[in-house]
Amino acid sequence: MTLALAVGVAALALLPLGYITWYTADLGWDGVRELVLRPRVAELLWNTTRLVLGTVVCCAVLGVGAAWLVERSSVPARRIWHVLLVAPLAVPAFVNSYAWISLLPGLDTYAGALLVVTLSYFPFVYLPVAAAFRGLDPALEDTARGLGLSTWAVFRRVQLPQLRVALLGGSLLVALHLLAEFGALQMLRYPTFTTAIYDQYRATFNGPGATMLAGILVLLCLGLLLAEIRLRGRRGYARTARGAARPVRPVDLRGLTAPALLALGALVGLALVVPLVSLGYWMTSGRAATFEWAALTTTTGTTLALATAAAAVTTAMALPTGWLAVRARGRISTLLERSTYLGSSVPGIVVALALVTLSIRATPWLYQTVPVLLAAYAILFLPRAIVTVRSAVEQAPPLYDDVASSLGSSAPDRLRRITLPLLAPGIGAGAALVFLAVVTELTATLLLAPTGTTTLATAFWSASSALEYGAAAPYAVIMVLLSAPATVLLSRDARRGLTP
Amino acid sequence: MSRRTIGSLLTSAGVLGALTACGNSAASDEGETLTVYSAQHESLVRTMVEGFTEETGIELEFRDANDSELANQIVQEGEASPADVFLTENSPAIDVVDRAGLLAPVDPSTLDQVEAPYRPESGNWVGFAARSTALIHNPAEIAEEELPASMLDLAGPEWEGRVAIAPGGADFQAIVSAVLALEGEDATREWLAGLERNGEIYASNTAIMKAVDEGEVPVGITYHYYWFRDQAQDGLIGDDAELHYFRNQDPGAFVSVSGAGVLASSDQKDDAQRLVEWLTSPEGQERLADSSALEYAVGVGVPSAEALPPLAELQAPAVDPGSLDAPLVTELMQEVGLL
Repeated sequence: MTLALAVGVAALALLPLGYITWYTADLGWDGVRELVLRPRVAELLWNTTRLVLGTVVCCAVLGVGAAWLVERSSVPARRIWHVLLVAPLAVPAFVNSYAWISLLPGLDTYAGALLVVTLSYFPFVYLPVAAAFRGLDPALEDTARGLGLSTWAVFRRVQLPQLRVALLGGSLLVALHLLAEFGALQMLRYPTFTTAIYDQYRATFNGPGATMLAGILVLLCLGLLLAEIRLRGRRGYARTARGAARPVRPVDLRGLTAPALLALGALVGLALVVPLVSLGYWMTSGRAATFEWAALTTTTGTTLALATAAAAVTTAMALPTGWLAVRARGRISTLLERSTYLGSSVPGIVVALALVTLSIRATPWLYQTVPVLLAAYAILFLPRAIVTVRSAVEQAPPLYDDVASSLGSSAPDRLRRITLPLLAPGIGAGAALVFLAVVTELTATLLLAPTGTTTLATAFWSASSALEYGAAAPYAVIMVLLSAPATVLLSRDARRGLTP
Repeated sequence: MSRRTIGSLLTSAGVLGALTACGNSAASDEGETLTVYSAQHESLVRTMVEGFTEETGIELEFRDANDSELANQIVQEGEASPADVFLTENSPAIDVVDRAGLLAPVDPSTLDQVEAPYRPESGNWVGFAARSTALIHNPAEIAEEELPASMLDLAGPEWEGRVAIAPGGADFQAIVSAVLALEGEDATREWLAGLERNGEIYASNTAIMKAVDEGEVPVGITYHYYWFRDQAQDGLIGDDAELHYFRNQDPGAFVSVSGAGVLASSDQKDDAQRLVEWLTSPEGQERLADSSALEYAVGVGVPSAEALPPLAELQAPAVDPGSLDAPLVTELMQEVGLL
């Protein structure tokens, strides 16, 4: 039974991929060639590739540098810096780009796009790398230093190799997010596959042009996933002995303290202070004052309701998969779990495109309804729920279940009285993560929202697209406020990284 | 967890979402609700339908999106479409639906309320507003006499990097469809290839106006009313920009028509016809003329807003608004790489 449910969930997760594959096969080689082998695609590929590479490099440098300063140097107020360096995650990338471009219209260049997305995404590298630094055994570093290596050499030869998994994982997150990024880049006039798919969709709905671009985008995502697995390698970096780790002796910055503070201050200033000041400016710019608060309240209510429903549905879907991954370890459960990860690596615009077509053709009575939108959210955010449910199951001993069963308790009864109470904290955490992701989801919501439904993200989008910056600001502020608590949680719990 | 539990979870979540997702939960007790797919500017449509529900008791529910998105959506939905009325911003989108045979003929009395150039030969839809193509330019960047004589000149090499366009939008695509109707396929392809080389790409007409105003680009292809609306708001965005009309029956003097049509698949055709009649009636057209939208009224004998140059003086080329070919436009734009 559980297996059947988990298979159903995996099938849903793989639906968009399956749709793209089927469509491509259906179109035939000639049709594909005509739509794929054209100059426009080459241009998009060049744009997308150089932005991804540039952003990954910049995020890696900033993320690792900031993590080293906070975890391994004598820089003052390290705890505060840590929270401030995670805080940019509370500002969705499309809000960040609005904040920048509304102040500096000249940012619509490659450099501008690189700046804005780097500032939005570097915490994805900073978080896991900082956590990895915390997990390193300082004894190795002390030994290296004792053997006469400089601080730089210790970093390069001892620390960096051990950070490889965290750095690659963070970089993969940055790259996947960037491939899926629509709002920020559309606002910065930087065309990538995702923005081109949206333009195609606007011109031809779900025509072959849009679907073929989606196919290329999916291939890029899969390529990244494979590359990350290959690069990560199989070497373990865990400490084998269970001895107590010695406390870290931070590197004394001495004369470099001021430049280090300046660098951290500049990074936080650009990534956090600029967007918040810009939002404040537009909030008080007069256009926001004439704002319809009723619409804002309604929109916020709609968004919270959708996010709650999505959190409930997605977490429920995560239960069978998370359960099997622990209680029935094996090829099949791993395959089912990985399917959901694979499914969610597909950009939101592709998921939405697939669900539009499938619901119109197969289930017209479902088209443009809340369940389809919830299905898209589930596909996109299942891993967040599965990871937390899974770790909750890991911590719930099967013994209780067995005892209850020997005392004659039925399966549903055991679920109600034993399993769910034990899993509750994990389920709650997973639900919270999904909830927050939905609050700021823009791309799939734009394509799938039912008639008359406006969320904070889509209301913000229509106002900022019309360059009504003042009217857009209140929506952005609410999204930032709603995202803030999760960000604080993340900064506390840096050991468990984000899932895409 | 049983399948039933999952099912009921899904259903309750769906219901919860659906309940809260109703924009204004003031549902009518009669259940007479028309579903209107509208690609025209929200504020204009809402202004024009003011009083409709009070007078007729018919509630309206809107799905607002873009021209081609909605047109293609209706075609995909076919007979099952929930839409009763389709309102577009430009006519190519409603032609797509008409060609798929999904529109019911508009009542002749309604057609007679609108001036002949602003309704198609077929009579399957009717114009309810119009807008003129214009060249927005920055006098500080380019002198009046340097402006091109024809919109087609903008494909020339001297305009490289100097002309702003919004090819992703239905407005630009409608202008291309007029070029196609007037100049033919080959000339249009050539013109588009020139624009692909010369054009600075923006996401919307407002963004074009802002870019021209700030001197990023000297000229841009746009519709007249964005600039007039901005002027009415003290030139917040485009006070340094001016409008230039091509006139002379140039493709660049094309007047695009916003269409209203009744879906053949609608089960409330009478109510739907009443809404279209309401929009094109003298009162509806006056509401448009008095509104802040600053688009042209198309009703017989209804003057447009005073701020606008009279439509008759703009010397628009004669194009049957029912003959525009959106699919071919998309194809050509894909071919040259603008899409």
